[in-house]
Amino acid sequence: MKPNLSDNPIRASFQLKHQSSNPKRHTDQFTLDVDLTLPGSGVSVIFGPSGSGKTTLLRCIAGLETPDQGNLIVNGEVWQNASLFMPTHRRPVGYVFQESSLFPHLTAGGNLAYARKRAGKKISAQLYDHAIEIMGINDILHRSPQQLSGGERQRVAIARALLINPRLLLMDEPLASLDKRRKQEIIPYLERLGATLDIPIIYVSHSMDEVTRLADHVVVLKQGKVATQGGLTEVFSHIDLPLDYGDDTGVVLQGQVVERDPKWHLARIAFSDGELWVRDRGDALHQSVRVRVLARDISLTLTPSTQSSILNTLAVKVDAITGDSDEAMSFVRLKTGEEYLIARLTCRSVDYLQLKPGQSLWAQIKSVAIVR
Amino acid sequence: MSFSEADLTAIWLTLRLATTVTLLLLLIGTPIAWWLARTQSVWKAPVAAIVALPLILPPTVLGFYLLIAMGPHGFFGQFTQSLGLGTLPFTFWGLVVASIFYSMPFVVQPIQNAMEAIGERPLEVAATLRAGPLDRFFSVVLPLAKPGFITASILGFAHTVGEFGIILMIGGNIPGETRVISVQIYDHVEALEFMQAHALSGAMLLFSFSVLLALYWLQRKQKIALLN
Repeated sequence: MKPNLSDNPIRASFQLKHQSSNPKRHTDQFTLDVDLTLPGSGVSVIFGPSGSGKTTLLRCIAGLETPDQGNLIVNGEVWQNASLFMPTHRRPVGYVFQESSLFPHLTAGGNLAYARKRAGKKISAQLYDHAIEIMGINDILHRSPQQLSGGERQRVAIARALLINPRLLLMDEPLASLDKRRKQEIIPYLERLGATLDIPIIYVSHSMDEVTRLADHVVVLKQGKVATQGGLTEVFSHIDLPLDYGDDTGVVLQGQVVERDPKWHLARIAFSDGELWVRDRGDALHQSVRVRVLARDISLTLTPSTQSSILNTLAVKVDAITGDSDEAMSFVRLKTGEEYLIARLTCRSVDYLQLKPGQSLWAQIKSVAIVR
Repeated sequence: MSFSEADLTAIWLTLRLATTVTLLLLLIGTPIAWWLARTQSVWKAPVAAIVALPLILPPTVLGFYLLIAMGPHGFFGQFTQSLGLGTLPFTFWGLVVASIFYSMPFVVQPIQNAMEAIGERPLEVAATLRAGPLDRFFSVVLPLAKPGFITASILGFAHTVGEFGIILMIGGNIPGETRVISVQIYDHVEALEFMQAHALSGAMLLFSFSVLLALYWLQRKQKIALLN
């Protein structure tokens, strides 16, 4: 369904030294220096802690920020170079802002009409209905933004961004202003969006949960520079992680449901070489799923234990060992088939088991969560 | 209490003057307010100060300079004469020009405040929705600054109705042409016609009070609407 990721890439490079135009950030002198190639379709997540330049990068792409130097080519079309700066209103982008950005003088439907009227080409009734349906906002169109919940407002804002018929959708932490429940309410809509839209989405986030659920491609930003980038599973299987994720450290695996056990409500997920039992979430057989294994949920044993409550035990090989920001802890990267796991152990355990690269042993996985 | 023919003429003239001035000021003041609200130029402070001058300047001073400028030897007078319009002092349109200067801050400042309150974000949003600069101004700035425009219209109108000093300087006292209500009251008092002065003064008092009441009531309603 999704077109080839590498067909029409987005090439972006920006250098920006001056202060951000965002008055909240006037205190820190900020530098952004990135040079990126993003896939021409699918969801690319710009990931990093706050203050790492994610939003500034997105604003540069939209033309809302004027960098000292910038080059931007989208689908072979030059939006910006040394002699050209296409203003925001000429760039075919949809932009979803962090906080509610609906026009207060228009109803939800009026906000959609504002976009539709200015779309590059005529938006068919079918496309309009489709956008409203994906976002589930049909019943609230007559209301004014003040009468909507935060989640509803963001859904209208997303539909509005779709209705200008963008060729690139930019989303700046669209869930950041929402509480946990509202986030859970919107994420399925975003997943559906990524699956049905044939334009690239660039999504800014600092939430590990959102990255693992939404990303196809990840760019990790640190202090205004690209720390690492690549496919989702690849980026989080590196042991020399650019950021300290602490308890959130973990890998993402892409697998397939191969068996469902109705008696215990479990599903068997197969990977390239190996499998895991997880709680059955109701996914159909052969459904492709994404699971997350956290480093703190893995323990290692030299012999497979049969007398244990642990459901999943994998034969693994130690690939690498490295320190943690916490001096009591170590990260151990493990290889099983083509996949990598990362375990977080105390240094004492590493010493006790005499772990070294190449060693074969067993990984006991206490919990696995399907994220998508 | 009843109004004489002359009183009614003065009332009609005053309403005509205030309406004309308010409409023209909305046209002239809006771009000035927009520029003041957006600019980072060093000229912002001087221009803002000039706009605000009538707030503290005695009307006679302003009237004096305008009289000179619009007179037969003033640059504005030369200009109007070259257009074949003659000179403006002691005419209705002279009053209009003077009143535009005199009531300017009452129109520009509320609009400017309302425009500044909109902030950058709605304009950025509109730009990402492919609205160009002019489109953004009409589709976002004007509707969002509407409360400011209402306040500006009310204040501009009411302030023009209440002018006296500058009218005497520029317009003199010509019935049907420049004799507005405040001048008419002055004439009544001079002639010791206290009953007539009472009638007109009472009407002005009632008018001013009603205008301010309406204004504060409107602002309160807007605040409540914002809270909801």
